[in-house]
Amino acid sequence: MSAQKPRTLFDKIWDAHVVETLPDGTALLYIDLHLTHEVTTPQAFDGLRAAGRKVRRPDATLAVIDHNIATDASRYTGIVDPESRLQVETLEKNVAEFGVPFIPLLDARQGIVHVIGPELGRSLPGMTIVCGDSHTSTHGAMGALAFGIGTSEVEHVLATQTLLQKPAKNMRVAVEGNLAVGCSAKDVTLAIIGKIGTAGGTGHVIEYAGDAIRGLDMAGRMTLCNMSIEGGARAGMVAPDQTTFDYIARTPNGPKGEALDRAIEWWRTLPTDAGAHFDRIVTLAAHEIAPQVTWGTSPEDVLPITAAVPDPEAVEDEARREQFRRKMQYMGLTPGQRLQDLPLDVVFIGSCTNSRIEDIRVAASIARGRKVAEGVRALVVPGSGLVKKQAEAEGLDRILQEAGFEWREAGCSMCLGMNPDKLTPGQRSASTSNRNFEGRQGPGGRTHLVSPATAAASAIAGHLADVRDYQPKDAH
Amino acid sequence: MEAFTTLTGIAAPMPKANVDTDQIIPARFLKSISRTGFGKNLFANFRFREDGSENPDFVLNQEPYRKAEILIAFENFGCGSSREHAPWALLDFGIRCVIAPDFADIFHNNSFKNGVLPVKLPREVCAQLMEDAKMGGNARITVDLERQVVVRPSGEEIPFQIDPLRRHLLLNGLDDIGQTMQHAPAIDGFEAKQRAAQPWLYGA
Ligand code: SF4
Repeated sequence: MSAQKPRTLFDKIWDAHVVETLPDGTALLYIDLHLTHEVTTPQAFDGLRAAGRKVRRPDATLAVIDHNIATDASRYTGIVDPESRLQVETLEKNVAEFGVPFIPLLDARQGIVHVIGPELGRSLPGMTIVCGDSHTSTHGAMGALAFGIGTSEVEHVLATQTLLQKPAKNMRVAVEGNLAVGCSAKDVTLAIIGKIGTAGGTGHVIEYAGDAIRGLDMAGRMTLCNMSIEGGARAGMVAPDQTTFDYIARTPNGPKGEALDRAIEWWRTLPTDAGAHFDRIVTLAAHEIAPQVTWGTSPEDVLPITAAVPDPEAVEDEARREQFRRKMQYMGLTPGQRLQDLPLDVVFIGSCTNSRIEDIRVAASIARGRKVAEGVRALVVPGSGLVKKQAEAEGLDRILQEAGFEWREAGCSMCLGMNPDKLTPGQRSASTSNRNFEGRQGPGGRTHLVSPATAAASAIAGHLADVRDYQPKDAH
Repeated sequence: MEAFTTLTGIAAPMPKANVDTDQIIPARFLKSISRTGFGKNLFANFRFREDGSENPDFVLNQEPYRKAEILIAFENFGCGSSREHAPWALLDFGIRCVIAPDFADIFHNNSFKNGVLPVKLPREVCAQLMEDAKMGGNARITVDLERQVVVRPSGEEIPFQIDPLRRHLLLNGLDDIGQTMQHAPAIDGFEAKQRAAQPWLYGA
């Protein structure tokens, strides 16, 4: 590749990490940061042990526990579920044996792996970042190339600090103009998935651009990049800018002083060159995006909150119509019903999509001076111990608890039915997480994906609600 | 990893798009610390009723599909999470090949690494194979990786494309860590250069 050819952000990070190119075009790609957690690593460490291999760069590896654990006080007395406990203990044993830095369960910095990487200043612009979890795309918000890998690849990175990869195609998703009142990054990402579909980004890395994206804070950018995977893309990224650098300067473990200046100098060279080639371009007008809510069992089944439940009989293709009917049945919906009339059992504010301090501030601003509707269980689960501490320092926990929300310990919680926080069959939830697949939040559970603001408003209304009707009341 | 050369077997029809990893193996079954044993919970939400009994309407609970070695589905198979438990569950059940119009990226990758062959064929061809598969035990399908063809019960051969490196690894059952280790000097060299240019990436 000639030095003059204009390159995208993705191209630049890719080129800077190719150790070698194999004859068939596969690249041996160097990995700068490898995040690990308890679910997708036991078999990888086992493989290393069996082959007598070591972890090549423990300093570029970080382990944390997040998926399996309780988010109530019971975490202080030990994990009840024997299989969960075994998985956690296995990770503890493996990190000790292989010398991998580890954040224990009761450490103040513990949290969801995709929340803590950026928060601690470990996920930085220009890096290649992997983790055995598809939502690794979150870290792309830092201006990094970050993607999820499977357990065999986890083992490969542990042993060699590299991966065998084929280059991805470049896709640009531009969101132009200003976001309307009540709309956030979550509504943008749901609107994008609604537009491109869950396979829309397959084979591509998405770069989000446009003034609506530039205007997002880091938490918003993380929400957006987080759900790139639901749009089928391998990764999502936002070019690093002053917002990024200011954020990093405030992190505990990011580069400081001269190292930071030197890093910023390099990071400034990363944004996409004018005239660089994108294989696919999609543009959205920010002001047209209304608060979004999913009605079905795929993230692409999304509509504005003011819409009605669609009619399967209007679908032409027979196989699709049948699938559509199944979704309606699973979700317990009737065509023509207003989405806003759907009564809720549970509201979940949390997950690596929306559990940062900014998300909790929004939820608290709507909860202030109001009450969660009777019969609704509403949980707020901060993404990390540090988020929790910050929220408590700002008094957000009190506001939320006074309104009737449960205030929990950090973890994945009700994002997936893998720990004690679950839906029971038939329960309907408004959730700020990223997946509404059948059974995702527990067998038979019915999930509607929404933004933190919509979730908070819905908890108060007792049904899916238009956040624009629930603007913050002034503090006294 | 077990090598994959040629497979002749019963194919189970699953005429659905977007079969996601939560359907293939629900998250609540991911707690094992070994690679085996996931087969009994493959498609658990469909295979079993709430009381734990088998759902007779689900394809893998019907004869002869209980012994299926091939699965035929529609678009975007394996979308969702990066869990490698999805190919492990398929493999543990006995399915070594999935044929679909396209696959989600991570699942596609994970399959190769575990000896499950994902074959991409156009939707019309998948629809034909779906019909073949519905004929059950009388209609065995052959997937020949060596010659890169799928053979229909009628004897018709359908060629498919596959990445040459992946084909090589799969045909020989090779572990790619061993392969990569041969590039150790290049990795050392890369690290030395990167450490000089971007010292903040080292020794955190
Ligand atoms: S919060 Fe949900 S999506 Fe995120 S890492 Fe945890 S389980 Fe995965």
